[in-house]
Amino acid sequence: MNESTRSEAPYSFGKRNSSSALYDRIFTGLVWGIGILVILFIVGLLFMLLKNGLPKLTWDFLYSIPSEIEEGGGIGPALFNSFYLLAISLIISIPIGLAAGIYLAEFAPNNKLIDFVRICVEGLSSVPSIIFGLFGIALFVEMFQIGLTILGGAISLAFLNLPMLTRITEESIRAVPVEMKNASFALGSTHLQTIRKVLVPVALNGLVTGICLTAGRAFGESAVIILTAGVTTSGVMWDFNLFSPGETLAVHLWYVQSEAIVPDAQEIAQKATSVLIFIVLLINIVFRVPLWLNSRKTKS
Amino acid sequence: MIEMNQAVQTASAELGNSIRTGSGKSFDRRARLRWANSAFRIACIAAAAFVCLVLFGILFLMFRTGVLTFQEVSFAEFFFSADWDPENGRYGALLFIFGTVALTALTLLISVPFSVLIAVFLAEVTPKWLRNLLRPVLDLLVGIPSVVYGYLGLTVLIPWLRDMTGKDLADGLLAAAIVLTIMVLPTISRVSDDAISAVPKKYRDASYALGSNRFQTIFRVVLPASSRGIVYAVILGMARAIGETMAVVMVIGNTAQIADSLFTPTAVLTSNIVMQISSVEFESTWNYALYMMGFLLLVISLIMIVAVRFLQKRGVRES
Repeated sequence: MNESTRSEAPYSFGKRNSSSALYDRIFTGLVWGIGILVILFIVGLLFMLLKNGLPKLTWDFLYSIPSEIEEGGGIGPALFNSFYLLAISLIISIPIGLAAGIYLAEFAPNNKLIDFVRICVEGLSSVPSIIFGLFGIALFVEMFQIGLTILGGAISLAFLNLPMLTRITEESIRAVPVEMKNASFALGSTHLQTIRKVLVPVALNGLVTGICLTAGRAFGESAVIILTAGVTTSGVMWDFNLFSPGETLAVHLWYVQSEAIVPDAQEIAQKATSVLIFIVLLINIVFRVPLWLNSRKTKS
Repeated sequence: MIEMNQAVQTASAELGNSIRTGSGKSFDRRARLRWANSAFRIACIAAAAFVCLVLFGILFLMFRTGVLTFQEVSFAEFFFSADWDPENGRYGALLFIFGTVALTALTLLISVPFSVLIAVFLAEVTPKWLRNLLRPVLDLLVGIPSVVYGYLGLTVLIPWLRDMTGKDLADGLLAAAIVLTIMVLPTISRVSDDAISAVPKKYRDASYALGSNRFQTIFRVVLPASSRGIVYAVILGMARAIGETMAVVMVIGNTAQIADSLFTPTAVLTSNIVMQISSVEFESTWNYALYMMGFLLLVISLIMIVAVRFLQKRGVRES
């Protein structure tokens, strides 16, 4: 623009300044443009999936049994299995994860062995989910010979949750101010009482957020479930039997999209996707909003 | 500072023991409390040991099953042959290894520049209200199930790529890399964003005081200062991209051939395992070969974690 007038200026940094000011402007524009565009793009895609599926949803679809050949199948058992598997896996993994996290945060001495344990936890959390599936097959299908079952799927899923829960617990407990702990000890409470009455309640915010994250991830997990719980359901609603095959919603979505031969596979996939996204968002939002509001209140 | 805190902590742990030195008649209560305390402690130790046990169980089981491959297949064939035809006894896994490496590299090539730009956007450029809006949105995106991204790729991206290129088949590395990019982008951006936000404000002030503008400050000061955090973010994203199964399976084409172009249907370690594992006998070389591939994945991801640890340790020493 005013490049020519600037270049006549006697000071050399006058010119440099203008070119770098130009860079600055271009860069700012680029960052704004890409930032907004990419985020809008991804959010838009997901919104489109929700929009395609949600209006077509009926209670019947959510409740009825999937069909192999005819039109009009639902996702009832798959949806139920998703929650059932998630609940069992959380029941198994939360106590162990919390206890391991509390140990690392509170009891563990500061030595090489504990460093090694921490590396194990981090290593386990980076293990690809399909490896847990292979492990589940080797353990449940091969060693215990129980085949593809809800129980096998839930335990494999619990293994997947464990490292995340452990790390989150350790971090939240460590974040509790040491003054609170000392105050509790000063009142004469034992270590266990301090943990139960002070550390866990204070760290609850972080714990709940972490458990929600883990639950959301486990709800949408499919590779583990395909390998350990199979791609079929028992075909009955409310089947609490731990030893029946346990296809979940995420697996059903994959199955319908790539293997099924029902004529309305497209529509089922659309609706199942929207349900899946909706529930995952719900798990992430609903549990966190009260805590978020709470933390705002205490801050101000 | 940290060491002082630890000293305080150990001191407070000793305070917790004060129940032992107390005196009086309440022996029952004291014994009970002591019992509960030590029982709880032992339960916690057991839980931590269990987590380690799971990792070693997985490592052991994968290795023990995987290593049986080499009873029938030579080491060189498995790693250096790209001829995967298990029905006829040919187990060359090179094409899957190559697929995984190429896919990860391509994903990082696309996602890292975008993610870092978005992180800069979030941490440095946006007004506060927009930042407070976008950060939770990105956090939510991290939680979207991978199978949804796969579905997205299959129904939106592939038809779109087909139109763009005019080919009959658009399945392949490029489609998978784009899907993975959409998947890992929120992760890398958010972690880098945290790293950039953690750069002390005085660095920026000093840079501005020297007369540099925002562009210069970000590139010469802020990004170098947060580079370790950004590398950590990239490794996290990389780990996710290498291990991702379902999103990749749906768009990569699942054909056992080496990818010679971006649009050749091919396969990677994870997609091949999940497509074939359910149709083979457990006691077969085919299955052992799949487990060996899983073991490879496991080793790669563990190596990356050790690399992250190493980076963090060095960071602590330097600062």
